Amino acid sequence: MAPGATAAAVEVDHLRVVRGGRVVLPDLSVTVPAGQVVGLLGPSGGGKTTLMRAVVGVQVVESGTVTVLGEPAGSPGLRSRVGYVTQAPSIYDDLTVRENVRFFARMVGADTASAEEAIAAVDLESHAGVLAGRLSGGQRSRVSLASALVNHPELLVLDEPTVGLDPVLRRDLWRLFHQLAAAGTSMLVSSHVMDEAARCERLLLLREGRLLADEPLPALLERTGAVDAETAFLSLIDAAEKEAAS
Amino acid sequence: MSVHRTLVVTARVLRQLRTDHRTIALMLLVPVVLMGLLAWIYNGTPVFDHIGPALLGVFPFVVMFIVTSVATLRERTSGTLERLMTTPMAKTDLMIGYALAFGLMAVLQAVVASAFAIYVCGLDLAGPVWVLVVVAVADAVLGTALGLLASGFARTEFQAVQFMPAFVLPQFLLCGLLVARDQLPQVLQPFSDALPLSYAVDAMNEVAAAADPLGQVGPDLVVIAAWIVASLLLGSLTLRRRTA
Ligand SMILES: Nc1ncnc2c1ncn2[C@@H]1O[C@H](COP(=O)(O)OP(=O)(O)OP(=O)(O)O)[C@@H](O)[C@H]1O
Ligand SMILES: [Mg+2]
Repeated sequence: MAPGATAAAVEVDHLRVVRGGRVVLPDLSVTVPAGQVVGLLGPSGGGKTTLMRAVVGVQVVESGTVTVLGEPAGSPGLRSRVGYVTQAPSIYDDLTVRENVRFFARMVGADTASAEEAIAAVDLESHAGVLAGRLSGGQRSRVSLASALVNHPELLVLDEPTVGLDPVLRRDLWRLFHQLAAAGTSMLVSSHVMDEAARCERLLLLREGRLLADEPLPALLERTGAVDAETAFLSLIDAAEKEAAS
Repeated sequence: MSVHRTLVVTARVLRQLRTDHRTIALMLLVPVVLMGLLAWIYNGTPVFDHIGPALLGVFPFVVMFIVTSVATLRERTSGTLERLMTTPMAKTDLMIGYALAFGLMAVLQAVVASAFAIYVCGLDLAGPVWVLVVVAVADAVLGTALGLLASGFARTEFQAVQFMPAFVLPQFLLCGLLVARDQLPQVLQPFSDALPLSYAVDAMNEVAAAADPLGQVGPDLVVIAAWIVASLLLGSLTLRRRTA
């Protein structure tokens, strides 16, 4: 284990996932350290959502193991310890923001106060009484996020939580993620926006179901000789494509 | 399984309905309008008294079937089901939560439709009104349970609506409303005897005909209850925590 790293939040061992007859994750092994913000990046269709679904235990896997907080992924004991935000906001459009968050709070045994706290954390107090169906895309994804924050899970799996948000909101949410991590929450956050890589303590680059990188940003920059995450990723992806072509 | 979470689901489903005035209107008014039309068409003939009670059993069944299959399908396609599957919620919490919410709507629907049929259209009812309401609620919960089951096989809302004729019309043809059950072709009788809507209609007819129908209605309700439990169990098999 690298110096400074803590125990693992997620351990994926030889995971193989086939979806709709396509091998999405051929043989993936990776460790997500606890108490850090770990970024999951990579080209569209690379398997980010599939990996996250395996971690929260809703993905049928062909072989391999996924261990989350010391238990097999998806086991009943984990269901109140892991929070999951799907890529598309999963909320009820015919309920208000507050009703949505309170519903998910009650389902995981959290109280009304935590629901209000979560609404405040995503900066939606001013819209708490508005039907979710009448919100903008970014607002809806924040309702979805708030609904996962209510019970302060030990591991948060967030699938592109900042997509469609303006720079100010994105900065605020990343600040929130770091606060949560500082308080001990393990965070696995996927993103398309490469400059967000700089906000993660550790980066996983997933392309066509294979890991191209698993290291902190400075190490990645040093290894590739690139000036920023985007250039580093592009060079790794280009190299992988060349290798696949040859 | 948790009573608390079940009730939380029920409250949420009812809250969703509250903002959907059109669905509430459809649930409550469509049976009334159809009853009114029927009484009007057969004005002055005994036909209304003959098929009116049976229809009071068919309406809640059909309406709840459609509402439930679309609502649960929406739960699947919106991703909320996937999210719920990552929480401590048991599948039965969700299913019974839905059944309770729509069962409650069914009580309202049954009261409104029966009151209209009896007091406005002059439907002749020998048995007590409360038994009629109980049977109507059982029919509605049956519709909810079968709707939950059907939604497991639907991938789109279009398909969910199309399941209605597939699940409901054969039962409708065989339930004794069009041709008395004992006069059906021999081959069809076992089907009529097995399908739940037949018992729903039988029960309604008994309430209409007998002053003290409990002895006859009881066994019918048992068959309906068995179908409800079986469909809920089968339906919960179509709800999977892990999907491909
Ligand atoms: N429901 C599904 N059924 C079958 N195959 C699927 C399904 N969802 C995704 N796939 C396949 O799995 C592969 C990986 O998809 P996944 O959603 O994990 O990618 P992703 O990295 O999250 O992409 P994006 O950045 O666009 O969200 C894709 O090739 C896709 O075709
Ligand atoms: Mg994705």
